[in-house]
Amino acid sequence: MDATALIAALQGAVPGAQIESAPSVDLQMTVYVQPADVSAVARALRDRGELAFDFLAEVTAVDFWPADPRFELVYMLVSIANRLRVRVKVRLPADDPHVATVSDVWPAANWLEREVWDLFGIAFDGHPDPRRLLMPEDWDGYPLRKDYPVQIRMRPQSSQPLQVTAEEFRANLMKDRLTRGT
Amino acid sequence: MGLESEIPVLTTTVEKMVQWARRSSIWPVTFGLACCAIEMMAMSCSRYDIARFGAEVFRGSPRQSDLMIVAGRLSRKMAPALRRIYDQMPEPKWVISMGACASIGGVFDNYALVQGVDQIVPVDVYVPGCPPRPESLIYGIVQLQRKIDHQKLT
Repeated sequence: MDATALIAALQGAVPGAQIESAPSVDLQMTVYVQPADVSAVARALRDRGELAFDFLAEVTAVDFWPADPRFELVYMLVSIANRLRVRVKVRLPADDPHVATVSDVWPAANWLEREVWDLFGIAFDGHPDPRRLLMPEDWDGYPLRKDYPVQIRMRPQSSQPLQVTAEEFRANLMKDRLTRGT
Repeated sequence: MGLESEIPVLTTTVEKMVQWARRSSIWPVTFGLACCAIEMMAMSCSRYDIARFGAEVFRGSPRQSDLMIVAGRLSRKMAPALRRIYDQMPEPKWVISMGACASIGGVFDNYALVQGVDQIVPVDVYVPGCPPRPESLIYGIVQLQRKIDHQKLT
């Protein structure tokens, strides 16, 4: 399967979606998708038999500051059954970049999207747990953005306030026990 | 200490005795942050054998430890955890800052890392190197033993 066939299949599955082929140096299938179509395209990629991209390998982003549109979100997908790989890209604007979550399609997207939110400040609408992943909870700014002051000097904290209240902590414990069935 | 003739008794002062006991059994806490920890492990293994200096007993709990070897770069997110482990260690306690990253931030001059662990915990001995060889760390421990030997009890 090549990019043309993939685009035809996707446009059949998601009517009205604007999907275009993107250049790629390594000849891997790469397509651009509009931000509004991400959810529907993701479902089509996973559920249609001739595609069956059941494995989300990576979600990451690229900052092209000061160009516009500034961000490119990149999803790396693998179809184990059909032995295919595809790279799905989404262009996002500089102010208020946000896109629908795909964590309801691939659960693996949960932490990957948290990482992108943490480091690039791209918001994922409908994400079940939209917290930072790598940086401290109260961190200011998004470090992997090109205009971030990398050598910023801040006083290190030797203690951290509790991230959840006592009630939330107990509720989390109970939830954990219930899901494990113990 | 002086050996009295005829009777098998050593005379000494309490202070010297305590200093000797402390410096001869520095138990480090099992705590490695990055690649320096590999050299720290090598130091505790048979080739370098830190048991020769009485510091081979790496303890899994800070409650039983005397020494914290900060082996590696300390990220800002890790800093509260490091401070908590230090606070859980009973007195008397010492800290060795191992390697360039722990001492001054090393090559990582950026937002994510603490530029020197002396901003978080009081450091007794700085061991230079990137990473320091096990011999360097042993030298650091010997320096710490000298320091303990001169620590007054009062």
